[in-house]
Amino acid sequence: MEQFVMTFPAACRLAEAHPPRLCGVVSSGNLEVLVESGDPGDACRIEVSTPATGFRDIWAAVLRDFVERQPVGGLRITINDAGATPAVVSLRLDQAMDTFRSEKS
Amino acid sequence: MSVKKTSFFEASARTRIARLVDPGSFSEFCPPQLRHTSPHLARLHAPVAFDDGVAVGCARLAGHPVLIAAQEGRFNGGAVGEVHGAKLAGLLDKAVSERPAAVLLLVDSGGVRLHEANAGLIAISELMRAVLRTQAAGIPVFALIGGSCGAFGGMGIVARLCAEVVMSEQGRMGLSGPEVIETVMGVEEFDSRDRALVWRVTGGKVRRALGEATRLVEDDVAAFRAVTADLLAEYGARPLKPSSLDTLFDAHARLTARTRRFSAARDGREIFAASGFSDIDGVPLMAVDAFNRHLMETA
Amino acid sequence: MTTDALFNSLFGPGRHTIIIDGAFMHGTAVVAGREAVVIGTRDHAEIDCELALKVAGTLLAAVAEDGNGSRPPRTIVILVDTRGQALSRHDELIGLNGCFAHTAGCADLARRCGHRLVTLVHGDAVSGGFLAFGLMADRICALPHAQVRVMDLRAMARVTKIPYDRLVVLAEESPVFAPGAENYWRMGAVHELWSADDDWCARLEAAVNCAEAGDTRAALGLERDGRRLASPLAQLVAAAS
Repeated sequence: MEQFVMTFPAACRLAEAHPPRLCGVVSSGNLEVLVESGDPGDACRIEVSTPATGFRDIWAAVLRDFVERQPVGGLRITINDAGATPAVVSLRLDQAMDTFRSEKS
Repeated sequence: MSVKKTSFFEASARTRIARLVDPGSFSEFCPPQLRHTSPHLARLHAPVAFDDGVAVGCARLAGHPVLIAAQEGRFNGGAVGEVHGAKLAGLLDKAVSERPAAVLLLVDSGGVRLHEANAGLIAISELMRAVLRTQAAGIPVFALIGGSCGAFGGMGIVARLCAEVVMSEQGRMGLSGPEVIETVMGVEEFDSRDRALVWRVTGGKVRRALGEATRLVEDDVAAFRAVTADLLAEYGARPLKPSSLDTLFDAHARLTARTRRFSAARDGREIFAASGFSDIDGVPLMAVDAFNRHLMETA
Repeated sequence: MTTDALFNSLFGPGRHTIIIDGAFMHGTAVVAGREAVVIGTRDHAEIDCELALKVAGTLLAAVAEDGNGSRPPRTIVILVDTRGQALSRHDELIGLNGCFAHTAGCADLARRCGHRLVTLVHGDAVSGGFLAFGLMADRICALPHAQVRVMDLRAMARVTKIPYDRLVVLAEESPVFAPGAENYWRMGAVHELWSADDDWCARLEAAVNCAEAGDTRAALGLERDGRRLASPLAQLVAAAS
């Protein structure tokens, strides 16, 4: 298992607060993504737990893309991975943001 | 109006809950953001899940207050570990004090989680006692089975302790899974790759024909919802009576007679034949309505 | 130890009338100066539908016999030696899980009717075979050499794909997956570990006297530091709003 935290500058943020949302299931080749409102700020903190060691650079690239296309300022995102491909990770992250935004607190 | 079908088999645990209960009525206990993950999986460097593979909470179904749990079969086969089991046990404890109309267990589990096997076995024993305690207090527990892992191992026992067992044909129920029996006893005993045979031994239809399941429904969350709503109304009108010496003597006589009657049976065909189906090989493909009608007419 | 020697150690010579019917045992014995019902299995019994129903029938008969108020409900002593559930297509087809649930339901009825249930593991206690009735007792005691387990470590290594050597090391630190009555003691599911030097009659009498109807195993597991999460988490859910 490898665990790491990456913090990205993210100026774009959602206007309203939302309740925490979980998306996806921890099963082989898949992952779960938990999105929570964090401290106010223009950064996004992403914590990853993955059984595949040595792919940190790829994670960094995938997460940077995600942060650049979504309004994630001030969010805390936590990922439990079970060996998902970068494409599945990107897809699940976007789905997680969609479900997160769909419900207002 | 067209209603889109949601396959119970394909849906995740959380989707099953969301579509089963009255819209927006589910409120989760110990939700994922509290991160009650399994330390035992982590110690073995196995992936963890924020809900440890089970969502528990309260909701309304057709207006009735219920407590509800759904196991996630895709996370470690829905297997029961310490945290997972404790959430289920706590929900049943809550039922005794809060007296909901029923507790709904959406079972999707292979049984004990091997990574924490002792904790899982003990948790299942605690669950068995908790289901019995809840029902002795007059609160019915319903098992809803239609996921890819079915209800096996200790969860197969827990399911059968429930006042009602609602299954789809896709759902399966038993104690040892076909793969386990094949591994230990050989492929002649049980060929786990013969999917038709697997379903004729463990599937919803054979379970319903045998009386192990109390209802058979389509693989559609709406169908599970409709039958659960009916059951809630039934138990509302005629509350569950705790089992007694008389009811257990009756159950004992039924099980003993059944065990004798099918003393050599090894294939669901024999159960279907005994249930009076004329086209035995056609039963697995029979529509649920026609299947249920036949059982009702021959009962 | 022969079956008769076991009975003599537990109940005293001449104080037991127990019928051996293959792997199944049933009868009565004197415990704490009173008649007790004895139900059990031996020879590492594989529990199939028929055997589970024999146990269930004996439990029901005991409840019926004491149910007319002629005497206080007798203690039921459950002797466990099982290698697990029967692994057969036949038993699966006719609902082995249903038979086990029925047996568990009968044990629970006995408890509700005032019988105290004490389990003595005198051999193996494995998975489903243990769940069906042994683990349903109010108090569970493991005799010396009792083997309590779900799966041995080599099989676990194969299924989980975790190297065997690593499991052996981890089993030293945690009671949570490795076989052994001591692990179950630490986790609260075995109340007492007996040794060969103990006076088993006296220990059985004491076990009967402190058997309680409530399920306190999670609390016991916490107290013994073998199961830290089960009790607090169950309480958290039970108290949630």
